Amino acid sequence: MTIAIVDQGAADPDALPVYRPFPGPASKRIVVGYGFWIFLLSDFIMFSAFFAAYAVLSGETAGGPTGKQLFDLRIVAAETGALLASSFTCGMSALAVQTRQFGKVYAASFFTFLFGAVFLGLEINEFARMVAEGAGPQRSAFLSSFFSVVGLHGIHVTIGLTWLLVMLAQIATRGFIPNTMRRFLCFALFWHALDIIWVALFTVVYLMGTAT
Amino acid sequence: MLGKLDWSAIPFDEPIPLVTAAVLAVVIAAVLGWITLKGYWPYLWRDWITSVDHKRIGVMYCALSLVMLIRGFSDAIMMRSQLALATGGAQGYLPPEHYNQIFSAHGTIMIFFVAMTFMVGLMNFVVPLQLGIRDVAFPTLNSVSLWLTASGVLLTNISLVIGEFARTGWLVYPPLSELKFSPGVGVDYYLWSIQISGVGTLLAGVNMVTTILKMRAPGMDLMRMPVFCWTSLASSLLIVAAFPILTATLAMLLLDRYLGFHFFTNEAGGNPMMFINLIWAWGHPEVYILILPAFGVFSEVIATFSGKPLFGYRSMVAATMVICVLSFMVWLHHFFTMGAGADVNAVFGVMSMIIAVPTGVKIFNWLFTLYGGRVRFSVPVLWSLAFMVTFAVGGMTGVLMAVPPADFVLHNSVFLIAHFHNVVIGGVLFGAFAGYNYWFPKAFGFRLDERLGKAAFWCWFIGFYVAFMPLYALGLMGMTRRLQHTDNPLWTPWLVVAGVGAVIIMAGIGFQILQLVVSIRNRDALRDLSGDPWNGRTLEWSTASPPPFYNYAVMPNVEGIDAYWGMKARAQEEKLTETVYEPIEIPNNSPTGFITAFFAVVMGFAAIWHIWWMVVVGLLGAFVTFIVFAWRKQDEYELPADELAQLEHDRAEVVA
Amino acid sequence: MTEETHAHHHEYGHDGYDSAPGDQNAIDVVAGTEGYLLGMVLAVALTAASFWAAQTDLIYAPGIPIALGVFAVAQMGVHLVFFLHISTGPDNTNNILALAFGILIVVLVVAGSLWIVANLNHNMVPMDQLMKMQR
Repeated sequence: MTIAIVDQGAADPDALPVYRPFPGPASKRIVVGYGFWIFLLSDFIMFSAFFAAYAVLSGETAGGPTGKQLFDLRIVAAETGALLASSFTCGMSALAVQTRQFGKVYAASFFTFLFGAVFLGLEINEFARMVAEGAGPQRSAFLSSFFSVVGLHGIHVTIGLTWLLVMLAQIATRGFIPNTMRRFLCFALFWHALDIIWVALFTVVYLMGTAT
Repeated sequence: MLGKLDWSAIPFDEPIPLVTAAVLAVVIAAVLGWITLKGYWPYLWRDWITSVDHKRIGVMYCALSLVMLIRGFSDAIMMRSQLALATGGAQGYLPPEHYNQIFSAHGTIMIFFVAMTFMVGLMNFVVPLQLGIRDVAFPTLNSVSLWLTASGVLLTNISLVIGEFARTGWLVYPPLSELKFSPGVGVDYYLWSIQISGVGTLLAGVNMVTTILKMRAPGMDLMRMPVFCWTSLASSLLIVAAFPILTATLAMLLLDRYLGFHFFTNEAGGNPMMFINLIWAWGHPEVYILILPAFGVFSEVIATFSGKPLFGYRSMVAATMVICVLSFMVWLHHFFTMGAGADVNAVFGVMSMIIAVPTGVKIFNWLFTLYGGRVRFSVPVLWSLAFMVTFAVGGMTGVLMAVPPADFVLHNSVFLIAHFHNVVIGGVLFGAFAGYNYWFPKAFGFRLDERLGKAAFWCWFIGFYVAFMPLYALGLMGMTRRLQHTDNPLWTPWLVVAGVGAVIIMAGIGFQILQLVVSIRNRDALRDLSGDPWNGRTLEWSTASPPPFYNYAVMPNVEGIDAYWGMKARAQEEKLTETVYEPIEIPNNSPTGFITAFFAVVMGFAAIWHIWWMVVVGLLGAFVTFIVFAWRKQDEYELPADELAQLEHDRAEVVA
Repeated sequence: MTEETHAHHHEYGHDGYDSAPGDQNAIDVVAGTEGYLLGMVLAVALTAASFWAAQTDLIYAPGIPIALGVFAVAQMGVHLVFFLHISTGPDNTNNILALAFGILIVVLVVAGSLWIVANLNHNMVPMDQLMKMQR
């Protein structure tokens, strides 16, 4: 934690640092952003418990199918591409929100939603296929932990897409008031965090699970 | 239509829960009826239920906790009396199936709904006042947290009347807690109660961390914060870090039970030890979440009543943050005996001993604060002194059990029970009672009766030792925990003594109830007019008792540690004529918390009884509540400067 | 200060002392877009590298998980810097400290669980022997 801000005077780099006392409560945007950041970190930790369970149980296939037999890396690559694209368009929409351009916000958000929905569609398809093949979560501990950790991420994506729709409705009905802009900042944080978790997911679950 | 729910859920054949339920129903109906007759509902709804004021929310948390203390203690008295009676041929009065629910409910209620709830309530009430600000970072979220906790309480207590509770102990270890071995609704009641209230607690942690790190009065650097705020920060960081693990682990068990997953089952590759590993990765930080605010209370109380600044502020802060980090590195000591090898056991054993060091630093700091001070032996100080002795004893038995070979003898014996009650009662509960007596006048405007407070203290202090020291002896003699019936005549005298101790504690609780009633009756004589009944050192004592809803008309400018002491020393008084008032923003009340919690109860109850359509209704209701909240036009209203000036002027006239 | 004046001065979540996580300090749409574009290109490259590393023969087999880990951590860093605008300036200190705390806990939980359960499994009597002991 910053105990004091060191103010390096641009003019004289050899000047002694100036102590600035704590200025008082931070602005609402910072408070809201930081609070959501802390919440996101707690979410990361929740994922880590599911990751730990997956890591421990990944070998427990109980005579059933293994990851190598089940995972289709082309689908995983497509999912990854879709999520990454949606992260990019989310960034574009964040810029548009800050510059208050309605059209660009809706356009960028439309693509964010689209790419997110594509990701979700591919994942649901994958799950359905596995269940149909008898490789559902009830088959083995490995499959239970796989469906849970990947499914938890999918649930978060679903929540994110719902949130995005709510945000667009808020912007449409209330415009770019500070409240809405703070909420959009939180949505952007959430959406990018989901992509970070996906990086861990596809690496640990899919790639390490099928590595030669 | 109603899932698994039918008339057989009500325990018509078990007299004890049935009679309890009937009595409770009468009491609740009487209270609700009295409120209705007196016409208090509009006041309650406006000023308490929909309040987002941290002071009100803190009081409600503490009130909830004290009510649940009665329930948890009733479980304890039942267990002690059963054990005192049921030896040899005598079977006692509680059959095993019932007894198992009692010890499970006792632990669950005491940890989650008494200890956690009181500490969160205390932090809620005190921290914004000590930081010199008007409310926490997210006031409406604070209300949501409170009411979700209440939802968990409600669900757990409903299990007394409709259905049953878990019979697995308070941590529902699999495979016993899996569907195969616990097919009833008991474990589901536990799981949904804890999940719902766990969300509330997590959000409270996020709220408190953000408040402490981002919202403090001008000039209040982190190293000028009161120590209670430091310990609240550490505790809240632990909440944020640990509760997600609890949520995840219980979710995995829910998946096993509801959808046939195999995380912790015996079949298909499940690993029950993974549950134990994860649940204690939460469970150990949890006990530090409980004790750290208590440490903060003691720091405040001891400094105030010694008339000296706290000794070693920096080392206190360092010790607090070290405990915060180390608490995540010891969790295996809860299952030394469950199959890990010597190397793993040794590492965690050594870490468990290391974590005792910062606590030792704190104890020495408190002792050095007392030394050379003019100590006033008020009720809070009595609790603090008793804490230091009792917690030290409990801590030492803990360090003893941190030695794996010793733990192999003592694990799951009543020695363990004695140890954790020693530290939880001696640490958390004594801290809660110290804080209760210390901050009561700030919250309500009048002090608690001192004599009855001392009577309560002595009963608790003596009662605790009489109740739990025999358990150390019994543990060393080989008595296991969670026994409903014993067969060893050598144990019986000790069990009877322990039972007597529980009765003495009951007298203590009786005195506390009496203290509250008498203090309310004599409140005019006990009135705190100055706002500073103890000659306090921190900012909360600069406000009126109780503080105005906005806490501080003008945010104080902080110039050092013990900000209020400094202000008094410089004899700075706010001259009303000179103070420049600016309009301030007050957050609007909101029913969001209460309504969300209502739908949470609906969802939880429906999930327990497999009433799927009702689950959907609950989810939709919660979602709609959220949408309504998201679209509200006004988050806060502005209190104009002249109105503020008038309020302050009126207050000053009353004090003068 | 009222809400509006605050917002006017501190719209972008930087009040001279601290920054909100996810906020950039200056809004220049072109530079902002370039930042996201660069981040995306790097992320795609690292993703491709990961997929390649998992399937290739060119890396020593036991080293593949390490390579994957390195690429994953690097890509998470790219996301944090380019998408979440986490920097090392003094205005981001609180954000980084919180992140560091979170990472510490994640590492402890995952690594700790793996170590503990591996130890338990290693000491566990094989199932068939265990069943024999039940009789």
